[in-house]
Amino acid sequence: MDILRAINLGIKVNGKKVLENINIYIQEGQTVVLFGPNGSGKSSLISSIIGNPRYSVYDGRILFKGRNITDMPTDERVKMGIGIGFQTPPKVSGVKLSDALKFCARIGGTEDKIDEYAKLLNMKSMMDRSLNDGFSGGEIKRSELLQLLLLNPDFVMLDEPDSGVDLENIAIIGNAIKKMLQRDKPQAERKKSGLIITHTGHILKYVDADYGMILHRGRIGCIGNPYSILDSISKDGYEGCIKKCLKFPNLM
Amino acid sequence: MSEISKPDVELEQEMKSKIRSVGGEFDSSKRSASFLQVDQEVKIASTRFKDVEVMGIRQAIEKYDWLDDYLWKAVDRKKDEYTKFVDVEDVNGYFIRAMPGAKVEVPVEACLYLRKLGWKQKVHNIVIAEEGSELNIISGCASHPGVTSGMHVGISEFYVKKNAKITFTMIHSWEKDIEVRPRSATIVEDNGVFISNYVLMNPVKVVQMYPVANLIGENSTAIFSSIIVALSDSLIDAGSKVVLRGEGSSAEILSRTISKGGTIIARGHISGESPDARGHLECRGLMLSDDGVIHAIPELQAKFPNVDLSHEAAIGKIAEEEIFYLMSRGLTRDEATAAIIRGFMDIDIKGLPEFLKREIDKAISLVEKEIIT
Ligand SMILES: Nc1ncnc2c1ncn2[C@@H]1O[C@H](COP(=O)(O)OP(=O)(O)O)[C@@H](O)[C@H]1O
Ligand SMILES: [Mg+2]
Repeated sequence: MDILRAINLGIKVNGKKVLENINIYIQEGQTVVLFGPNGSGKSSLISSIIGNPRYSVYDGRILFKGRNITDMPTDERVKMGIGIGFQTPPKVSGVKLSDALKFCARIGGTEDKIDEYAKLLNMKSMMDRSLNDGFSGGEIKRSELLQLLLLNPDFVMLDEPDSGVDLENIAIIGNAIKKMLQRDKPQAERKKSGLIITHTGHILKYVDADYGMILHRGRIGCIGNPYSILDSISKDGYEGCIKKCLKFPNLM
Repeated sequence: MSEISKPDVELEQEMKSKIRSVGGEFDSSKRSASFLQVDQEVKIASTRFKDVEVMGIRQAIEKYDWLDDYLWKAVDRKKDEYTKFVDVEDVNGYFIRAMPGAKVEVPVEACLYLRKLGWKQKVHNIVIAEEGSELNIISGCASHPGVTSGMHVGISEFYVKKNAKITFTMIHSWEKDIEVRPRSATIVEDNGVFISNYVLMNPVKVVQMYPVANLIGENSTAIFSSIIVALSDSLIDAGSKVVLRGEGSSAEILSRTISKGGTIIARGHISGESPDARGHLECRGLMLSDDGVIHAIPELQAKFPNVDLSHEAAIGKIAEEEIFYLMSRGLTRDEATAAIIRGFMDIDIKGLPEFLKREIDKAISLVEKEIIT
């Protein structure tokens, strides 16, 4: 089944084109990793998929579960089953983490799991804190994932869940993502899909992916085996990897 | 505890529900004592605990010679035209006193109610927490539905003796042409604590007040918090001042103001006049519409080298980014806005009893809809 399709998608931020002619196809049960240098438009892409109004669609459309969601408000997309974990979420003074978890659990039907998941992500002591207010880097990542676990989306997008995270946290985070995307289950049983942005590829040690893509200068430059792409990026850099990919499309 | 007297007055339904909206409770088992003044007349003055006294101020003046030592001793009698206006024969008000060592957790309720259209209510209150005692007071001040014009001028003098504590929570609910000018002052002795909370969220013409706490005792403390919403055509000039005179005394002034078309002047003043005095002032304002004004005036004054005074002030609108973030957790735009406004008003007041927090939350939720839409 189709989960996500972006067709000829073009995105503008503050009147400036940041993404052009993007085509993506993700099926049920698939997890995809998105690589790309800083400023290539990775965050803009998932922001437009979740419907952040700052990222306007000037071309193309986005289909989710076969339905055109291009003009749908964010909360409706979330209710349809899209979830997002931000790299630097804003602090919301006075709104407690526990409040946010209740909001998420209401959508995900996971009210009875709040305690269990909070323990799993080692966030029990943070429940009464204002959302993201003074959270450390690791706490922000764990808080985002905890909210997503409770939101229980069919399709989850994660923005650099492995950046700036120490070894202890990467294991907690990696395992939570693996569980969320059902990568611990046999392929045929997987219902959850994901799009994971990674800079370092660390997350691939915990979560295997079905394929990888490179976003470069607002376009998709390469699609293929995520491990080969990562390998090639580390040897030849992004540009080198894309050149290789264009020459030998079947190698990746 | 012996029951001294029981309120047996019949009140109109409309009045009762209005009183409830400002924290009033008609189940007397939930209050240690109750006081209700309608216009100039004392309707209820009763107490269930013998170590809490509650009576009308005129009765108290007759009963206690020593009250002269308290009347007009915290507030200057000649301060302005409003103090003079109240300084007349037919003034009324409450006298509340906790006996030495009495720790009264169950709150005392004191309500001042404006019933007659155009009436100018004159009030003089005295509250005394004797040494080592503790008092929780919830004071609702409201006007009757349809009583769209009138005036409320109230003098309140609080005395927190050694090792005593007063928590005073005042919720106001007026109508659009009512003018409200409280004048209050507090004197706090050694190790005394005065906590004052103020909530105002309904339309009003003018509220102007600037309560002062004089911390004369060593290690005495005052905390003032206010949550104020100004709707169109309201002018609210409200703030608090703390004078730190006692060695090691400390103060905190917190305010959350929201303008939905009205004008708010949010004042705060801490004056450090003793060694090791500490104070922090925090004013935050939220602008919810294009018209309306919030003017924050935080002031700090040091008259000693080793004082520690600080302030933060910030005024802004709701950040789109925060709304979007909560929408990404499944909240609609309105739900997200409501959650952020509610969070904004959620001041974490140290030492505030749980039931008072509930009363404040209740007052907030009553007006929430009007604020968002
Ligand atoms: N909110 C924004 N305001 C202005 N420019 C933005 C905003 N978000 C992204 N951009 C611009 O869009 C381009 C892509 O950015 P981004 O999507 O954040 O890249 P990445 O996540 O790959 O590092 C950059 O040039 C960036 O400056
Ligand atoms: Mg990014």
